[in-house]
Amino acid sequence: MELQDKLLSSYVAFENHVDVNSDVHEIRSEALQNFEKVGFPSRKLEAWKYTSLNSVLKQDYSLFPSKVEAIELADVKKYFIHEIDAYKIVFINGKYSSFLSQTTHEHYDVCLMSSALTNPKYKAVIDKYFNKIAKQDNLTSLNTAFATEGAYINIPKNTEVKKPIQILNFTTGSQEATMLQPRNLIVVGENAQVQIIERHQSLTANPVLSNVVTEVFADKAANVDYYKIQNDETTASLVDNTYIEQQSNSVVSVHTFSFGGNITRNNLNFYQKGEHIDSILKGITIIEGKQHVDHHTLVHHIEPNCESHQDYKGIFNERSTGVFNGKVIVEKEAQKTNAYQQNNNVLISDKATINAKPQLEIFADDVKCSHGCTIGQLDEDALFYMQQRGIPKKEGKALLMYAFANTVLESVKIPEVKQRITKLIAKKLGVNLGFDL
Amino acid sequence: MSKYTEEQLEEELKTQEYKYGFYTDIESDTFPIGLNEDVVRAISKKKNEPEWMTEWRLEAFRVWEQMEEPEWANVHYEKPKFQDIAYYSAPKKKPKLNSLDEVDPELLDTFKRLGISVDEQKKLANVAVDIVMDSVSVATTFKKTLGEKGIIFMPISEAIQEHPELVKKYLGTIVPTTDNFYAALNSAVFSDGSFCYIPKGVKCPMELSTYFRINEGGTGQFERTLVVADKGSYVSYLEGCTAPMRDENQLHAAVVELIALDDAEIKYSTVQNWYPGNKEGKGGVYNFVTKRGLCENNAKISWTQVETGSAVTWKYPSCILKGNNSVGEFYSIAVTNNHQQADTGTKMIHLGKNTRSTIISKGISAGQSQNSYRGLVQINSRAENARNFSQCDSLLMGNACGAHTFPYIEAKNKSAQIEHEATTSKIGEDQLFYCNQRGIDTEKAIALIVNGFSKEVLNKLPMEFAVEAQKLLEISLEGSVG
Repeated sequence: MELQDKLLSSYVAFENHVDVNSDVHEIRSEALQNFEKVGFPSRKLEAWKYTSLNSVLKQDYSLFPSKVEAIELADVKKYFIHEIDAYKIVFINGKYSSFLSQTTHEHYDVCLMSSALTNPKYKAVIDKYFNKIAKQDNLTSLNTAFATEGAYINIPKNTEVKKPIQILNFTTGSQEATMLQPRNLIVVGENAQVQIIERHQSLTANPVLSNVVTEVFADKAANVDYYKIQNDETTASLVDNTYIEQQSNSVVSVHTFSFGGNITRNNLNFYQKGEHIDSILKGITIIEGKQHVDHHTLVHHIEPNCESHQDYKGIFNERSTGVFNGKVIVEKEAQKTNAYQQNNNVLISDKATINAKPQLEIFADDVKCSHGCTIGQLDEDALFYMQQRGIPKKEGKALLMYAFANTVLESVKIPEVKQRITKLIAKKLGVNLGFDL
Repeated sequence: MSKYTEEQLEEELKTQEYKYGFYTDIESDTFPIGLNEDVVRAISKKKNEPEWMTEWRLEAFRVWEQMEEPEWANVHYEKPKFQDIAYYSAPKKKPKLNSLDEVDPELLDTFKRLGISVDEQKKLANVAVDIVMDSVSVATTFKKTLGEKGIIFMPISEAIQEHPELVKKYLGTIVPTTDNFYAALNSAVFSDGSFCYIPKGVKCPMELSTYFRINEGGTGQFERTLVVADKGSYVSYLEGCTAPMRDENQLHAAVVELIALDDAEIKYSTVQNWYPGNKEGKGGVYNFVTKRGLCENNAKISWTQVETGSAVTWKYPSCILKGNNSVGEFYSIAVTNNHQQADTGTKMIHLGKNTRSTIISKGISAGQSQNSYRGLVQINSRAENARNFSQCDSLLMGNACGAHTFPYIEAKNKSAQIEHEATTSKIGEDQLFYCNQRGIDTEKAIALIVNGFSKEVLNKLPMEFAVEAQKLLEISLEGSVG
C-alpha cells in the first residue's frame, strides 16, 4: 500500500487513542483533510525541485510503535551533551521515556506535548499557540494530523532557564521501518531566555523517517538559542519543519549541524512580528556517500528596523548532494531592514552536486539586503604552504575545512556543544585536529 | 539650489508619459484576427516559402496547440487572447528597396522621431540597419558593402528564398520549435526577422542593426532572428524596439538564435523600449522573448540588454557553453516604472572544459513596478574548471515597487568556481547629501548615481548604441538621468 493511503487509513485507529472531542482534534482532522488533498511533495513543486522523497516514501513504515522500549543509559549516553547538567526530554520510538528524562514544572514547564494537549491546565497556552504559525502545507499538515507527542516548553516572562534543555528522539529499530511525527511547542515569554539542543538518533540501521514540526514563539526581548545536531545513521531520513515567530527586540538563533542521515530536509521559517528583531540562521553541512542535505530557509521581514543574518557552509564529498534555498522577503512596511545571507560551498568530489537558490523578494526601498553564494575549492597555495611546513596533506585539508566552517562555529554559545561539534567535524574529516576549542 | 526631492522625482516618474507614442498612418495589410492551420499556411504562402518551411511551421503550430502557457514567472497579467490577435500585418505598399530614397517618407519620418534616422545612421554611424515594422522588414541598408565581404544580412524571409541551405541547417537548432509556449507560437507564425551569416574568418566591419516597431493596433509581432558566425568570425549585432501608445496589450514574442562556431564571437545588444502602458498600467506590450546562443570551442557570446519598455517582460537570453574554453557574458539593465513588470535574467549552461561566464544584472524599479532577476548557472559534471561570476544589484525608488532575485546555481563538478552576489539598496541619503554639499542639485545627483549604478552595463554597449540607451534611460526615469 502507498504510504499516503496507509497514513490516511490508519487515522481511524489513531482516533481510538486520542480525545476526539477536543479542539486540538478538530485541528488534527482539518490537517488530515489538507494532507489528503495535497499529498506528499513531489519534485514538480518549486520548493522540492532539488529534493525527491520517493526513495524514502517507498518503505513500509510502522506508524505507531506499540510499546515503550527501555534502553540503557550507557548505550545512549554518548548522544547527550553529557558534560553539562541539562534538562532532558527523551523519546524512544516517539514515546516518552521518563527513565532517561529530567523534566520540571518549577518556575517554568519543560515537559511533554501529550500532557499539555490533554491537561486542562495548559489549555489556554495550547489554544493560543498550537498550530498557529505552522504552515498548512503537505508534510506539516501530516504532522499536525498525527500530533500527540513531543516537547512542550513554556518559559514565563523575566525567567532565565539556568541550564540547557536537550530534546532527544531515539529510534530502536525494533520495527523494520519506523515513521515518527514528533511535535514540539516552545513558548518563551517576555524577557525570558532559553537554550535548546535537539537531536534525532537511530540506534540501528533500520530505516527511519522523522517528520518533525517545531513551533517557537519568542515574546518581546526574549532570547532563544537553538541547536540542531543532525548526525544520524545513513538509513535515517529527517524532515525538520521549524516555525519561529518573534516579537519586538527578541533574538532567536538557530544553528543546524548536518553531518549524518540519508535525506535531511530542513524547513526553517522566521516570521518577524515586531521591531528591532534579530534572527540568526547558521549551519554547517559536511556529508559524503549518497547523503542529501537540503536547507530551505525563509525570513519574513514584516516590520521595520529588523535584522537577519544567515550563514551556511557546506562541504560535499563523494556522491553527496547539497541544496540551499534561502528566501528573504521584505514587506513594504519593513523599512530599514538589514538582511544578510551567505552560503559557501566546497565540492570535494566530481560526483557531488550543489544546487543553490538564494532568493530575495523586496518590496521596501530603504533596506540593505545582500546575499552571497559561492562554490569553490580549497586554496591550493594554503595547502602547499602547510605541507612545506610539515603538516600532512590530509591534516592540512582538514584544517582548511575547519577554518572554512569556523565562522558558524564561532557563534555557538555553549562551549560543550562547540567542543562536540569540533570533534564531530574532526571525525567526519578523518583526522585528529589536535586541539579542542 | 533647487529643492528637488526624491518625492518630486517619484511624482515626475509617475506622470512621465511615453514619448514614442505616435502612430504612423501607413496603409497596412493585416490578416483577420485568429490563429489556425490555415492562417499559418497563409503566412507561409504570403512569404512565398518552400514546402519544408510550411511543414516546419505547421509542426510548431501543432505542438503549440498542445502546450499550456507558462505561469511560473513572477509576473501577473491578463493573458493574451491568442485568437484575438492578427498574426500578420505589413505596410501595404511593400517597398522593393534599392536605396533609402525609395522608402516611404512617412516611414522615414517615424524613425526620425524615434531618434533613429536611417540615413543619418548610414552616413554617420556606419551601421547597417534592417528595420522590421509590424513584422515585415522594410529597409536594409548597406547590403552591398556587406556583400563584398561575403556577409549575408537580410530579412529572414528573403534568406529562406536565397539561402535555404543555411537557414534549413541552423533554424530551430538552438531554440527548437518545442522549446516553450512562446517559441512554438513564434515558430508557427513568425512573419519576418533578420538573418545574418558571417563567413569563416571575417570580421564584420560595421555594427549590424535591426529596428523593430509595432505600429498597427491589435497585432502581435513575432520576429525571428538567426545569427550564424562561422569559424573565427566576429559580429556585433544591435536590436532596438519601440511601439506606439495603445490601450490594448500588444504581444511581442520573438525568438533569437545565435550560433558561434569555433573561435567566433558574437556580441548581441538590445535596447528595448516597447510601450510600457500608461501610468494606470493600462495597455503596453507583452514582451515574451526566447533568446539563446550556442558557443563552440573558444567561441564567445555576449548579451547586452537595456530593458526600459514593455508592460510585462519575460526574457532570459542564454548561453550554452558547449565548446571548450568558450565564454558567455550577460550584461543587463532593466528599468521598470509605473505598473511595469519585468522577469528577466539569463541561463549559463557550462558543458565544455574551461568555460567561463559573467553575469552583471542591474535592476531599477520605480512607481508600482516589479522587477525580478531570474538566472541559472549550471555546471555539468564534465565541465572541468568552469568559472562563473554573477552580480545582481537592485535599486529601489519609492516603497510601492519590488525587487526580486531568483538565482539558481547547480554545480556538479568539483573544480567549478562560482560566485554569486546580490544587493538591494536605495539611493542613499548620505550619497545625495554628499553631492548636495558639493553644489550638485538633487536631480543631477540622482542622475549621477543611477548612471554610476548602470555604468558597468552601459559601457558594454557599442558606442552608437550607448548614446541611444542613455536616451532611453532618460525616458524611463526622466528627471533622474541627466
